[in-house]
Amino acid sequence: MTLALDRRTANLDALESEAIHIFREVAGEFDRPVILFSGGKDSTVLLHLALKAFWPAPVPFALLHVDTGHNFPEVIDFRDRVVGKHGLRLLVAHVQDWIDDGRLTERPDGTRNPLQTVPLLDTIAENKFDAVFGGGRRDEERARAKERIFSLRNAFGQWEPKRQRPELWNLYNGRHRPGEHVRVFPLSNWTELDVWNYIAREKIELPDIYYAHEREVYLRDGMWLAEGPWGGPRDGETLERRTIRYRTVGDGSCTGAVDSDARTIEDVIAEVAASRLTERGATRADDRLSEAAMEDRKREGYF
Amino acid sequence: MSDLLRLATAGSVDDGKSTLVGRLLYDTKSVLADQLDAVHRASADRGLATPDLSLLVDGLRSEREQGITIDVAYRYFATPKRSFVLADTPGHVQYTRNTVTGASTAQLGVLLVDARKGVIEQTRRHAAVLALLGVPRLVLAVNKIDLVGYDEANFKLTAKEFTTHANALGYADSDVLTIPVSALVGDNVVERSANTPWYTGPTLLEHLETVPVEPDPHHVPFRFPVQYVIRPRTPEYPDYRGYAGQVAAGTITPGQEIVVLPSGGRSVVQRIDTPDGELAEATAGQSVTLVLSHDLDVSRGDLISAADAAPAVVDEFDATLCWLADKALRAGARVLVKHGTKTTQAFVTDLVTRFDEQRLSSVELPDLLQLNDIGQVRIRTAEPLPVDDYTVNRRTGAFLVIDASDGTTLAAGLVGAPLPVRDAVNPGP
Repeated sequence: MTLALDRRTANLDALESEAIHIFREVAGEFDRPVILFSGGKDSTVLLHLALKAFWPAPVPFALLHVDTGHNFPEVIDFRDRVVGKHGLRLLVAHVQDWIDDGRLTERPDGTRNPLQTVPLLDTIAENKFDAVFGGGRRDEERARAKERIFSLRNAFGQWEPKRQRPELWNLYNGRHRPGEHVRVFPLSNWTELDVWNYIAREKIELPDIYYAHEREVYLRDGMWLAEGPWGGPRDGETLERRTIRYRTVGDGSCTGAVDSDARTIEDVIAEVAASRLTERGATRADDRLSEAAMEDRKREGYF
Repeated sequence: MSDLLRLATAGSVDDGKSTLVGRLLYDTKSVLADQLDAVHRASADRGLATPDLSLLVDGLRSEREQGITIDVAYRYFATPKRSFVLADTPGHVQYTRNTVTGASTAQLGVLLVDARKGVIEQTRRHAAVLALLGVPRLVLAVNKIDLVGYDEANFKLTAKEFTTHANALGYADSDVLTIPVSALVGDNVVERSANTPWYTGPTLLEHLETVPVEPDPHHVPFRFPVQYVIRPRTPEYPDYRGYAGQVAAGTITPGQEIVVLPSGGRSVVQRIDTPDGELAEATAGQSVTLVLSHDLDVSRGDLISAADAAPAVVDEFDATLCWLADKALRAGARVLVKHGTKTTQAFVTDLVTRFDEQRLSSVELPDLLQLNDIGQVRIRTAEPLPVDDYTVNRRTGAFLVIDASDGTTLAAGLVGAPLPVRDAVNPGP
């Protein structure tokens, strides 16, 4: 037991050190970086690492959240509390604003996750952000397994797999032309279990919905979805009260909960270690669409 | 003692590399049910009778369409003993570009051959690139051993040929392990095989779990590229001034004398700060903040070094380049060089040799270096750089060559001439 714990700690030290190095490289080489922050576990870990990277100085970046309007209220409350606690500056791009003025159209299925891309790219362009930190990890999905830590996006925000630069040693190349920007993924080499072990070690607070609780949910496509403004339950779908938790937190219309009794961080770590499903496979309807669902969305400018 | 092993695999699809990687992931329970379902579904859609494990590895649409692996993919798996970051580098397309990328951070290289074919041209190339990039240890997995009837003599022949080649590249026998495996059946990958009673060494996974992880260079003097100057200017910390960075080599303790390069200013480390408290010592790989005793002009791009063992500060040096761009390199090219945290303008003044990794020999005074070529050059920089020889220190001996106009990474640069060619062609006494 002691041995396993030591191994875990040594591994987390190396991952933390690598992430801090990445944050500092960006601070040194870019003019206007921004951290994508949703209040989810990965972006909360990201912010924790940024706070450590520049301590005792404040984080020299703003935060950005693309709010689909379908977020869990618990998560939005948490987001605002964290921002206030650390005296950070948060920009929110409301998808609703883009729908209201006609730049975006609501999809027939009511899902707003794919609608995030345009507000994200517009906000990046408007604010001239040149580096955008995201919490993406390579273990999440196989298109992400080929993602660089510094990922160049063209003037349209697109990911071009064939134009990606070889990434050598720990020398990151952040050069980009005007209008282009770089997405930066400090958690690239972390796994879901690393993230949870780190949350436990650093005692990082998360929104409560990551832990087991009772909720009214209905079954769709094999996932437990919660009632909300995103529609549902439809005909034939019935609400029932279950003990569930969320493994990922995103747009309510396509983020499913899993049956779980894991009420503490230790329970969650045990559950994740034993799970036979990836977190996206278990809980994200949008990644199930096609064999190349994530790659297609990345090419369009999604994370 | 680190319990994270970074390894790079190299070999071609035909050798069964994707199957080997798939087998490692599957047998360590790192492939989850939904990923496997997706592979089963996609295989069935294509009319394949058995699931194609390479679909686990080949992530991009064009890779799946063409049935080849184009780009380096990173895989993660763990056992109770160790965590692993595996850089899976494809063999067919742009092999140098991919192998160099994977090898630049690897502590172990795993090469794969088909037991029926033995060591082929590509195996020798891959091994040469891994040697050049300073990967400290190699494994040769002799795959498809079932297809040669688990024949010991066949394995021994391949093993000997490879070990001889590795020796010529500078590897000691103790740094090279050859293992007979069948990725398809699972022989000696995770489970010891009853089919090879004549093989008494470890399985591949046993070896990965126990191979010594080359410590980041502790024996070389302290090196610390300054990334960022931390100046809070808050009521709590009005005068704080710390230099943030990741220790590139060696060890530092408070009280130790340092020199800031290239300026040459000297001071003493007063404190090693982290948000979790002050440290009594910082070693290679740790991200920390140094507070110095004297008020010096230090900024991003400077190198803080042990005062008694500082590197040479040069604006002209010999280097080896692995050329990674479609556009060829000619003498006189104007480029950017990123070394540590410093980026400066530079000229590649001379092309000295081009390395033929197949024959382990060199072509003198080539006209150009093309995609996937490896060669020795001479570089002149606009600003002086504190460099170490790559063979002494991977971190401060490495640099990028960048296209100043579009920002493309053109080459992996290694200070000095670490080509293994000399030992191979002109064996020492």
